[in-house]
Amino acid sequence: MPELSYREAVRDALSTAMRQDDDVFIMGEDIAEMGGSMGVTHGMLDEFGPERVRNTPISEMALAGAAIGAALQGMRPIAEIMYEDFMTLAAEQVVNQAAKHRYMSGGQLTVPVVFRTQGGAGWSPGAQHAQQLEAWFVHIPGLKVVFASTPEDVRGLLWSAIYDDNPVVFFEHRTLYGIKGDVPEKIEPIPIGKARVHREGEDVTVIATGRMVHESLAAAVEAEKEGISVEVVDPRTLQPLDEETLVASVKKTNRAVVAHEAVTRMGFGAEVAAVLQYQAFDWLDAPIERVGSRFTPLPFAPIMESYVIPHMETVLEAIYRTVNKKA
Amino acid sequence: MAKVESKTTLAKSDLPDVLREMLLIRRFEEKVEERFRAGELPGFLHVTIGEEACAVGVCRALEDGDVIASTHRAHGHTLAKGTHPNEVMAELYGKQEGCSHGYGGSMHLYDVERGNLGANAVIGGGLPQITGAALAFQMRGESRVAVAFFGDGATNIGTFHEALNMAQLWKVPAVFVLEDNHWAESTPESQHSPIRDLSDRAKAFGMKAIKVDGQDVEAVYKATRQALDYARSGKGPVYLHLDTLRFSGHYIGDPQVYRPKDEAKKLRETRDPIELLRAKLSMPDSEFEGMDAEVTEIVEASVEFAKNGTDPAPEDALKNVYA
Repeated sequence: MPELSYREAVRDALSTAMRQDDDVFIMGEDIAEMGGSMGVTHGMLDEFGPERVRNTPISEMALAGAAIGAALQGMRPIAEIMYEDFMTLAAEQVVNQAAKHRYMSGGQLTVPVVFRTQGGAGWSPGAQHAQQLEAWFVHIPGLKVVFASTPEDVRGLLWSAIYDDNPVVFFEHRTLYGIKGDVPEKIEPIPIGKARVHREGEDVTVIATGRMVHESLAAAVEAEKEGISVEVVDPRTLQPLDEETLVASVKKTNRAVVAHEAVTRMGFGAEVAAVLQYQAFDWLDAPIERVGSRFTPLPFAPIMESYVIPHMETVLEAIYRTVNKKA
Repeated sequence: MAKVESKTTLAKSDLPDVLREMLLIRRFEEKVEERFRAGELPGFLHVTIGEEACAVGVCRALEDGDVIASTHRAHGHTLAKGTHPNEVMAELYGKQEGCSHGYGGSMHLYDVERGNLGANAVIGGGLPQITGAALAFQMRGESRVAVAFFGDGATNIGTFHEALNMAQLWKVPAVFVLEDNHWAESTPESQHSPIRDLSDRAKAFGMKAIKVDGQDVEAVYKATRQALDYARSGKGPVYLHLDTLRFSGHYIGDPQVYRPKDEAKKLRETRDPIELLRAKLSMPDSEFEGMDAEVTEIVEASVEFAKNGTDPAPEDALKNVYA
């Protein structure tokens, strides 16, 4: 099995699709010569040329909208939105247009477009370059939402997103670009809507997304030293949500922690908690714990940023609370 | 695919049919007003009375394979692009036989088979997608043009500036049709734009602009042909500025407190696109009345068709969310 970084895995999915299919192309700000703000598309200009690795003006609405328009004509465009924060600028086209064309037309149109974007704290980018806004988009009927946490997942899910006939908002976490992992020799599509059980356990289920998958896996190792067996599940697709896998896990462990980097309040985890309490109420032995950022914009000073966002320790404390253990 | 002909102007022999088409839209819109006031039509409705020459002049000039994106004032564009009045009216009544099968309504009329990518209820919302559709045509080497309608109010929104800038940058085959009726809902142009001639907007992008009288359907057609030929030949997009007039309120039921009471009436006396063409044709009254009776019958039939249409099942609302 070859090893790829998360960044290389994204690039591999993009490049492989573009090699086999003329309808696939990518556009975004600074993605050509510069290779994107995170270097994801580095080298792709040389292989595919400026038509298909297309630099755009700083125009998120037009960039998102042009991708939608091309998708309406049968292309499979990928729009790279440089920072997740800028999805707020693209939001009109994503929310009012891409998500609704099929519906408003009574099924006449398909909108096979991917909006790739990235964010995440950890490098002190401050309040406008690191937000986690996935909860905004899971609230919109008509959009699919993916948030992958490993090289294998990001490659297989991006592939599926490109070939899905619906608009997909595809979140990548900035601090994961450098992590490495084994991937299958050939791209194996990972179906949208299927969770992944990363680690099996008996006592507590941690349902985590993005960076928090890795923090949760680390917390599970620590908890195990204390005799607590932790199952870690990554939904991978936030919309549609694989409720079956999540609920089955909690029915087995009887306790749940939901962990994401976005602010806890009104976060994706709130919906997961609602699903679990409704479908597994009689199985729960403890209140569902939620882990996320404190309710502030992201501060700049590293000491404050670190205070605001959740870490391995935050997850571990939540695990301990579910089994009534003092940290 | 697209047949590129060299017809640059409307043939004289086509003009009665052009008049008929404009009259059909007029009578359709009057009927929509009437049925709305009778309480039969749900939703927000915007009629295009006074602007018929824009819809007909532009859509008649298009080739098979060209696509349009419309606005909240969409009935005229949709009819002119070839959707049957029955299907448009059925949509306004929320019926399955409607051109959007009851999912869209007046502000979301679609007819993809006829190249209508949909009417948009967000001002300027369709403009970036027309840039993108044109980009797809360019990338695939297809001889097609994507056409966006928008109003003067839209020239102040971000999508307008971003989409036109991008279209010109990439020289995609698009035509941006400004239907300048000088009102953004209730706000006159003098209150919403710092410049008096909205053709000047195109200068910021280095885009070719053509301005014509939007009440003169022959001029609109000719200018559209010119714009389409330019775009289709790969020279880049065109900004087509149609100077037009809105004889009605913004929406049906708009009391128009913001507008002098007799303004629309006076404009109608001298600037009605239908009357202008009728006069040009020197059409005898009897012939015009015959034409009028014919289109009125089509409109009446569309109401009957719509009323006899099939209501969607409530749970049909759950369909078409995802492909």
